[in-house]
Amino acid sequence: MPNPYASVGSVATVTANVSGNDNLNDFNDLPGQGGPDSSNGRGASHRAMATGEVVRRVFGYVRPHLVLLVASFVASAATIVLQLYVPILIGRGIDLIIGAGKVDFDALAPLLVRLAAIVVAASVFQWLQGYCVNRLSYQTVRDLRVDAHEKLTRVPLAVIDRHAHGDLISRVTNDVDQVGDGLLQGLTQLFSGIVTIAGTLLFMFTTSVPMAFVVVLATPLSMLAAGAMAKFSNKSFTEQMRIQGQLSGYIEEYVGSQKLVDAFAYGDRACEGFSAINRALYTVGERAQFLSSLSNPGTRFINNIIYGLVAAIGCVGIITGFPAALTVGQVQIFLSYANQYTKPFNEITGVISQIQAAFASARRVFLLLDAPEDKPDAADAIELSAPRGEVEFDHVDFSYVPGRTLLQDICIHAEPGMRMALVGPTGCGKTTLINLLLRFYDVDKGEIRIDGHPLAECTRDSLRRAFGMVLQESWLFEGTVHENIAYGNARATREQVEAAAAKAHADTFIRALPQGYDTVLSEGGGSLSQGQRQLLCIARVMLADPAILLLDEATSSIDTRTELQVQAAFDELMQGRTSFVVAHRLSTIREADCILVMRDGRIVERGTHDELLAAGGFYAELYNSQFATAE
Amino acid sequence: MFELLKQFAPPYRRCIVVGPLCKLVEVVFDLLTPLVIARMIDQGIATHRVDLVIHFGCVLAVMALVGFGFTLVCQKMAARASQGMGTDMRDALFFHINTLSHAEIDQFGTPSLITRITSDVNQVQLAVALGIRQLVRFPLLAVGSMVAALLIDIKLGLIFLVATPLIGGIFWVVMARCIPFFKQMQQKLDRIALVTREGLSGARVVRAFVREDHERERFRIAADEQAGVAIAVGRLTSVLNPATLLIMDGAVCAILWAGGIQVDAGELTQGQVLAFVNYMTQTLLAIVYVANLVVVFTKASASAVRIREVLDRTTSITSPSVQGRAEQEGACAAVGAERSDVDGARTGAAAACAGASGSGITAGATPAAFPALRMDKATFAFAGASGNALQDVSLELPTGGTLGVIGGTGSGKSTLVNLIPRLYDVTSGRVEVFGRDVRAWPLEQLRRAIGMVPQQAQLLSGTVRSNLQWRRADASDDELWHALETAQAADFVRALPAGLDAPVESGGKNFSGGQRQRLTIARALVGNPQVLILDDSASALDFKTDAALRSAVEKLDLTTVIVSQRVSSVQDADLICVLHHGKVVGLGTHEHLLEDCAIYREIAVSQLGGSGASGATVSSQLAGRVDSTPSQLDGWTAPNASAEPQPDTSNTPVPSHLDDEGGVSGNA
Repeated sequence: MPNPYASVGSVATVTANVSGNDNLNDFNDLPGQGGPDSSNGRGASHRAMATGEVVRRVFGYVRPHLVLLVASFVASAATIVLQLYVPILIGRGIDLIIGAGKVDFDALAPLLVRLAAIVVAASVFQWLQGYCVNRLSYQTVRDLRVDAHEKLTRVPLAVIDRHAHGDLISRVTNDVDQVGDGLLQGLTQLFSGIVTIAGTLLFMFTTSVPMAFVVVLATPLSMLAAGAMAKFSNKSFTEQMRIQGQLSGYIEEYVGSQKLVDAFAYGDRACEGFSAINRALYTVGERAQFLSSLSNPGTRFINNIIYGLVAAIGCVGIITGFPAALTVGQVQIFLSYANQYTKPFNEITGVISQIQAAFASARRVFLLLDAPEDKPDAADAIELSAPRGEVEFDHVDFSYVPGRTLLQDICIHAEPGMRMALVGPTGCGKTTLINLLLRFYDVDKGEIRIDGHPLAECTRDSLRRAFGMVLQESWLFEGTVHENIAYGNARATREQVEAAAAKAHADTFIRALPQGYDTVLSEGGGSLSQGQRQLLCIARVMLADPAILLLDEATSSIDTRTELQVQAAFDELMQGRTSFVVAHRLSTIREADCILVMRDGRIVERGTHDELLAAGGFYAELYNSQFATAE
Repeated sequence: MFELLKQFAPPYRRCIVVGPLCKLVEVVFDLLTPLVIARMIDQGIATHRVDLVIHFGCVLAVMALVGFGFTLVCQKMAARASQGMGTDMRDALFFHINTLSHAEIDQFGTPSLITRITSDVNQVQLAVALGIRQLVRFPLLAVGSMVAALLIDIKLGLIFLVATPLIGGIFWVVMARCIPFFKQMQQKLDRIALVTREGLSGARVVRAFVREDHERERFRIAADEQAGVAIAVGRLTSVLNPATLLIMDGAVCAILWAGGIQVDAGELTQGQVLAFVNYMTQTLLAIVYVANLVVVFTKASASAVRIREVLDRTTSITSPSVQGRAEQEGACAAVGAERSDVDGARTGAAAACAGASGSGITAGATPAAFPALRMDKATFAFAGASGNALQDVSLELPTGGTLGVIGGTGSGKSTLVNLIPRLYDVTSGRVEVFGRDVRAWPLEQLRRAIGMVPQQAQLLSGTVRSNLQWRRADASDDELWHALETAQAADFVRALPAGLDAPVESGGKNFSGGQRQRLTIARALVGNPQVLILDDSASALDFKTDAALRSAVEKLDLTTVIVSQRVSSVQDADLICVLHHGKVVGLGTHEHLLEDCAIYREIAVSQLGGSGASGATVSSQLAGRVDSTPSQLDGWTAPNASAEPQPDTSNTPVPSHLDDEGGVSGNA
């Protein structure tokens, strides 16, 4: 039974996956992860993962659902054998109704009962097979997906920083789907194709050896033709997809810039450009579509020829007994087999490209799963409870890329409650200090200590709970305002959330939202202004009540009035906490207990604003060039 | 769908007729095949004549060959018609979108428009192709087989009449129940992507708050839901194939039994029963394909609706009607004359324009009589929005003057300047440019007179030259360099290896933010605009470049509108308009506004500090130390707002260091 839904869109997925293969192996190549000791056995595997290994690992995910797998294969085999038996019974039935008065009802009745029973059984098995494969593949997909996502929460931040998020997301979504569709369903189809071919051969040869040879010899024709046509159309499909991509790019660019196009009265020229690509797409598309539409009529044509051939030779056989003595029913059997025999071959060629694509996807998923993880906490790691907030950098060196040292010999000592302002040109390593403090990255040399405990000797969780962080880009997730503020403390009551929001100067605008604290924010905080988003993030930290703050001030002014509130909220937040601020505002810098002036990964000056201005060094220069005006 | 086809099918009428006709031939041959085989068996075998068998065999081969030939023609016609119609639709869509105004484009949204031109058109294209190729084939095959079978024997045909609707019915029910699931499945997949994306973009926050478990749980729920829906769909669709098989082979059983009775009675021959079985199989298979077609057409008609939505949307912003044109021809000539001027001998051109027409869009034509820009109670609301984005804006700017527009995010600054080149039309009130309502100007002429630098510094892929030539396709290198000099961009463009021919990637990604901004400014200056609009266009420039830019633009003697969040950028303007929530809360010069406008003063205080803001109240609000800061802290928002209440520190421990510095956070 042909399934018209089975082979939709395989071409597209093949190309989609081919293009994603470039950065397969770079998950393991992560510097700044504590050197070679972080490799986890699989380590520096730059070799492409072998097919066998992929199969073994996919099977590892299938194993919990082994019952389903076995059931689907058994059901599939049963269906095929039964289905192939049907034409034989029909043929025999026809042989029992030879002519007027020559119908053998005594034999026909049980035969038909048998036929009916077999059909019912075949249907049940087929349903069972479809059901099992479906369940198997979606449950496996689910497991694989949960693992892939979980991995993303465990990998060192470097992995997330270095990889395009789109690529990682597509591994969790598209690639995993592809494994389900292609590998599981594809493999089942491959299996049933092979069983069908074997079964057909078996039944044909048991019915009549010479006739079986006729069918077997004639069918390669059909396969050759199908293969040739696929080759032709694939070529022009690739070309079509290239131009289609070009066209989409053009549309995206120009429709996206429609306001610009309008303002410049550029419309006519934009249309000319579009039409040119559109014409090219027509030429290629017409050709590609024509070629690809040939495959069905083409195979049908060859099949028709074979059909006629089998019919003619069969009839000659009935009459002359050469090449084989046959009955009409047997000719009918061969006619249906001739029809059925070529189909699995065509299906297999289709499925194979799907399976190849699935293998590529599976590799991409497994490479993600093989990415190194953060080094686990040491067994004797201590819990930082109620930290005082003393922070010390002791001759710290760090580089993201080996050989290109970013931080060099950093020494900082912050007593509990001190405000430290980090100042310097962009790219001087200010944000990196934050990455190191939270152990998003580990230092290469030296040591960072909190309350006298080296970071590496504390549990990551307790360490991170000691810190509160407000970054320039405020992160909000899809959920209510309450949930977003309570992110650091899920059990916080509404009162606590409101109190934190009030302290963060966010209460007023939250109450003005349609549903107040229960307003659902879209991903990224959608409708809120940048300043309001930041206020929410401050409230979040306020609620978490950490001992040490890491703040990254916004560089550009967003909205003057909200900004004043943000500023006030920052001040409120910093009361009584040790704070490190990547500072852009003059007021923040002036009020700091210690300004750390960074340049090229070193701390070149330190001290208060007045001290540093008086010293007339780099800070004074920086201050004069950026704060003083040319006018 | 039909309306869409009616619009786009006519040029391909021949293909659409010839294609299915050719297919018809193949179908007829397909239908005849079982009959020929029946003959072969009944006649050839009955008479034991091998030559007859071979004769019929050859007939089969010829039929196959001829059928294939006709199909080729049909496939070609289908490809030509569907791809042709798709191409025409894309052209029509793209051209039409170009005529739409911002108001309409905003309603659709850019991503939606892109999907409509690409995948929706593809969907319709596919339906057209399948329509030509299969709409005839499968229903005809089904009906034809049925007819042929009925011709063999009416009584056996009854079995058909039961089996066919049964299969059709099953497909109908299953597909109808699946379609809502398909939508759900997409939503669940989107959710999975969303949770993953949030987890990645917020990786630092998730880890800093130690909420990895929470994220895992969120994802697990999303994944479970997706698997649940997918399995439910699978449960439904896995019924289809076995049901078809069951009905088909069940019917064969019935045919064999009933046929056996008739053969026994001599009413039928063995070959006829065989043919009957073959027809039966063909019909039922054809029905399966028809069901597939139904799915394709359902999808396509949804797409067709989405395409029509765009094509049926007429623009709200149109050029004035033809009768108004004649009147303006003089003005066209004047602008044309100026456009041909290359080297920027503006005054000469302006004089020429003044001679050509009194009411033309010409700088300096009749400066006293007509202000360059006048707004009279201009009010604008975005479609579907509850409030006005701009309300009752009235102002007047003389030719050659500079207007500064300042206000917080969302105060309506960009909306205000978008009304000038009619990117939006006012909801009520009016906007006049050079003494004439903008709606009375021929659209292209109006826009050619205005050089616009939008807020987003957007470049398109091509070269520096192709981007700069947007306003004038044949602008000479001299003119381009001149514009680049004014925009402070000449230096870095000169430093590019290919100079003006340096490639620009999509969106201008290969240039820094500041470089992009300067290029977009230069782009607006090419082609001698009479009005220059800078919509927050210097935000990425450092102070020196910004100042140099402004003084270079001043020398051009253009009517200029500057939108900014920086007081420093607008303080020298002849007129400053302070917007707050879409309303004008202050209008006047810098000094004037410092005195009268509380909001302007607040902005000035937060940005400029004491010496820039000279009002008495301002100074009193400032901490003493601020007075020592230089007048302009460009891009630096200085000192902490005394305007805001100071946090109450009584219940939080005061860090000791505060004492050292003494009153760091205090007021003066």
